[in-house]
Amino acid sequence: MKIALFITCVNDTLFPGTGRAVVSLLERLGHQVVFPEAQTCCGQMHLNTGYPEQALPMVESFTRTFSDYEAVVAPSGSCAAMVRDWHAKLAARQGRPGLARRAEELAPRVYELSELLVDVLGVTDVGAVFPHRVTYHPTCHSVRMLKIGDRPLRLLRQVRGIDLVDLPDAAECCGFGGTFALKNSDVSAAMCADKVASVKTTGAEVLCAADNSCLMHIGGALSRQRSGVRAMHLAEILASTS
Amino acid sequence: MTMPTYLGMPSFPKAARAAVADTRLRSNLAHATGTIRERRAAAVAELDDWAELRDAGRRIKDHTLEHLGHYLRMLEEKVTAAGGMVHWARDADEANTIVARLVEETGETEVVKVKSMATQEIGLNEALAEHGITALETDLAELIVQLADDRPSHILVPAIHKNRAEIRDLFAHRMPSAPEHLTDEPADLAEAARRHLRAKFLTAKVAVSGANFAIAETGTVLVVESEGNGRMCLTLPETLITVMGIEKLLPTARDLEVFLQLLPRSSTAERMNPYTSAWTGVTPGDGPQNFHLILLDNGRTGIRDEEVGRQALRCIRCSACLNVCPVYARAGGHAYGSPYPGPIGAILSPQIRGIGSEVDASLPFASSLCGACYEVCPVGIDIPEVLVHLRAKAAKKLPEKTVMNAAAWGLRSPARLALGQTIASKARFLTPRLRFPRAWADTRDLPALPAESFRAWWKRTHGESSGGAS
Repeated sequence: MKIALFITCVNDTLFPGTGRAVVSLLERLGHQVVFPEAQTCCGQMHLNTGYPEQALPMVESFTRTFSDYEAVVAPSGSCAAMVRDWHAKLAARQGRPGLARRAEELAPRVYELSELLVDVLGVTDVGAVFPHRVTYHPTCHSVRMLKIGDRPLRLLRQVRGIDLVDLPDAAECCGFGGTFALKNSDVSAAMCADKVASVKTTGAEVLCAADNSCLMHIGGALSRQRSGVRAMHLAEILASTS
Repeated sequence: MTMPTYLGMPSFPKAARAAVADTRLRSNLAHATGTIRERRAAAVAELDDWAELRDAGRRIKDHTLEHLGHYLRMLEEKVTAAGGMVHWARDADEANTIVARLVEETGETEVVKVKSMATQEIGLNEALAEHGITALETDLAELIVQLADDRPSHILVPAIHKNRAEIRDLFAHRMPSAPEHLTDEPADLAEAARRHLRAKFLTAKVAVSGANFAIAETGTVLVVESEGNGRMCLTLPETLITVMGIEKLLPTARDLEVFLQLLPRSSTAERMNPYTSAWTGVTPGDGPQNFHLILLDNGRTGIRDEEVGRQALRCIRCSACLNVCPVYARAGGHAYGSPYPGPIGAILSPQIRGIGSEVDASLPFASSLCGACYEVCPVGIDIPEVLVHLRAKAAKKLPEKTVMNAAAWGLRSPARLALGQTIASKARFLTPRLRFPRAWADTRDLPALPAESFRAWWKRTHGESSGGAS
């Protein structure tokens, strides 16, 4: 199947390894990945910080760039949720009914990585090998907006050699929340501290999630504390073969 | 519109900074919200039709708000026909003036109060004090807050920020009738409060209450509670004055079937609350012989006209959103600068008071948008959606606006984004790990910038093979 990759601006700029992992994983499974170079950003940061007008051109450009593809994959739960839950609504509220219609038509074909693998491609065993102790943090927008449920866990359970351990209070927000982490840094850091404490009780070497922005936040604190736990995107574990 | 008691509050992040550093508060809150959260989940899980009930609750509220004028006039007619008297209050000042006048007409200088959010909202106790009238809170937690000269920090559990050792000390010092060797056992504390309050119930001539619901077709007003202290206030005094937000209305008695299931399970995690008091006007020889119902607008009709924001008026004040909110659990209720704390407060206060003050402009941002509040809301208020909507209306500081506009400009074109990435990757040799902004870097390392963006990698390895710019 031909799959268009929406890399997301954060992954593109800061976590290119996640994008390379998605490409290698999907190609290994026999699919063709294309990267439409006109893509930039879903507009989530601007919308969620109170700048819907500035987000609108990004909705427009996303819709134009991806409308012709049968399936679009985003290795980020919150960016996929922004597209699916917000793009059409935002366009409609900004007085752009035509764009809203096109965004609404595109939305169901935009998938978070685990949704694409499990629902569209019908695989849970992707042939990955990862002999490490891993704990999984289900990020808020993946769970509460996209409702991806246990799809990432079903994929991780099939990985050879993995020692997958439950994260206590897993559903609790890590405190990232985009610009929330800057505007309310004290509360954000307190939430992160509790998440880090939960991660440490598991004895995991690797903290996994399907969203690099949450991982950047928790991983940044794990790194600051010299905890010895590293943050890894789901795609990178699923792409691993050794 | 005003909530007079809370004027001049600092912004949420400033107030939260102190709360986050208060280890006793953090521990009290984590313990209390954690317990209620689990009990609520269990109480809700008992019902197979919770999703349908929730949807029914949402639809009944939306229908009522749509036809609010019609149902309010019906309520007024029924209450009046049953011997009650209805007063209309445009804002806090009008409501306070009416209550003060009604109390003064009885010649009394002391009133007993049923726990009520509407009277907190309008600052009634402080307004009555200016008229020389003492208002005594009779809900146990409200009494604790009042004795401590404190403010409530939770809608349902106003003294959630205090533990029983703190309450014991408070009673020992501030409650004249407290026994000499008072312990911090909950039963002993409740007994001390019972003795203190019982004397007041038996002598009070005037009571002031709020309302959980009012039924338009019958003119019946309801208060639901756990302690029975509300029942004492609603039945013993000669005069009862009820202040009710106009959104508390329900069209028919049958609608209670839905809300008397949604409310107790969501708030106290009970199948049914211990005391449900319902009264229709005045019953000769039974209960208060003078009943006044004050219908409070205080900004509500304005909120009703807001396409996105109006869903906040569905709120039944259950506090489920507070108990699941990770921000509330760390910041505590006082940081919200309003009798309505937590996620619902963050969308209600700026809409009631306007978004002008420092605290109100900061409240829509007091959320990581994790969505836990929406998930548990028994009337389906999409709190994150309203927060995002209000964020757009809040005034922005110039530096932020400049950064956001520059980012929007850069992200509008793939070429500009690629140029920015190239500059960043070249500059990474100057500073391998950034230390800016401090709000981030004080507690978290920033990721190291990669040598090559994904876009550059793709161009290098896949070239023109697929997905060229459209």
